[in-house]
Amino acid sequence: MAHQQVHQRKGHVQNRDSQHHPLSAYLWVWFALFVLSVLSYLVDYSNLEGYPKWGLITLLMLLKAGLIMAFFMHMAWERLAIICAVLIPPGALLFFMLLMAIEGQYVLTTRLQNVLP
Amino acid sequence: MAYSAPSGAPLEPGLRGMVDDFSSDQRAFKDVSWGKVMMWAFILSDIFIFACFLIGYMQVRITSTAPWPIGSEVFALEVAGAHIPLLLIAIMTFVLISSSGTMALAVKYGYERNRRVTALLLLATALLGGTFVGMQVFEWSKLIEEGVRPWGNPWGAAQFGATFFLITGFHGTHVSIGVLCLFIMAVKVARGSLETGSPGFLTGRRGRYEMVELLGLYWHFVDLVWVFIFAFFYLW
Repeated sequence: MAHQQVHQRKGHVQNRDSQHHPLSAYLWVWFALFVLSVLSYLVDYSNLEGYPKWGLITLLMLLKAGLIMAFFMHMAWERLAIICAVLIPPGALLFFMLLMAIEGQYVLTTRLQNVLP
Repeated sequence: MAYSAPSGAPLEPGLRGMVDDFSSDQRAFKDVSWGKVMMWAFILSDIFIFACFLIGYMQVRITSTAPWPIGSEVFALEVAGAHIPLLLIAIMTFVLISSSGTMALAVKYGYERNRRVTALLLLATALLGGTFVGMQVFEWSKLIEEGVRPWGNPWGAAQFGATFFLITGFHGTHVSIGVLCLFIMAVKVARGSLETGSPGFLTGRRGRYEMVELLGLYWHFVDLVWVFIFAFFYLW
């Protein structure tokens, strides 16, 4: 009985581990990635400037990255432990980016003060 | 990589499952093989490297008092007399996304033990990756011809060349290594090494179809990095 249970569990685990997913899921993600790439190319084509342009670029970039991570890299089907272990540390990078952006603005103003009268 | 708890209790899903996993004995990542955990650890470290390069690029672009060269003009291509901005980069993006799609399908057919299709898809992925590198070589030589150097360029801020060559060069190196591994994996799949579990010539590890998935993780990561480079370097 116990042996049978272990055997069943093994079968279940292997099934989860080997990532079987329908072909249509991959094809839809693939198609969506093409569409999003065309859209981000169109952002460059359109004469948008400033925050609307940067916002759209960032949005499309994050959508593409999310699709690749979630479906091509199978993140959507993994357990929460590995998802958090991979996705939370890069949050520190966002903080780092913020710090450097603030510092960058300061450096720029200092340089301009030396250049301008 | 079958995990069996001493109690034989089924794994909890969701948040409760995560708390259980992290507070458990011996291993935190249930249902995930060590190979996959290690590949993710490598990818995470690579994310930090690329992010530091991109943040450095952001920093020099913010602080530069000279105007930054306009991407859609620098990377434009003359085709039949017409001036098309970012044409080469757009094609490169589509080639890399296509290769990501063929890679995802290769992983799927690998787990279905479809040797022929898996090998062909891996080969297609490698060829698309090779095409990408080839187009990058063309882009580099064109820019070098126009006078872009790591220490200066004809259009503006001197740091443009330094960040461009560093970031795209590092990414191109990743693609090249990936292409090499893809060719090796295609041969391994085609001759049936993953089915028979024969040891590899370098590490001696037994062949498993999970190897295709791990290589796939690396390849998708390379595509992922290109998504960020495309947005921050070429479109911004």
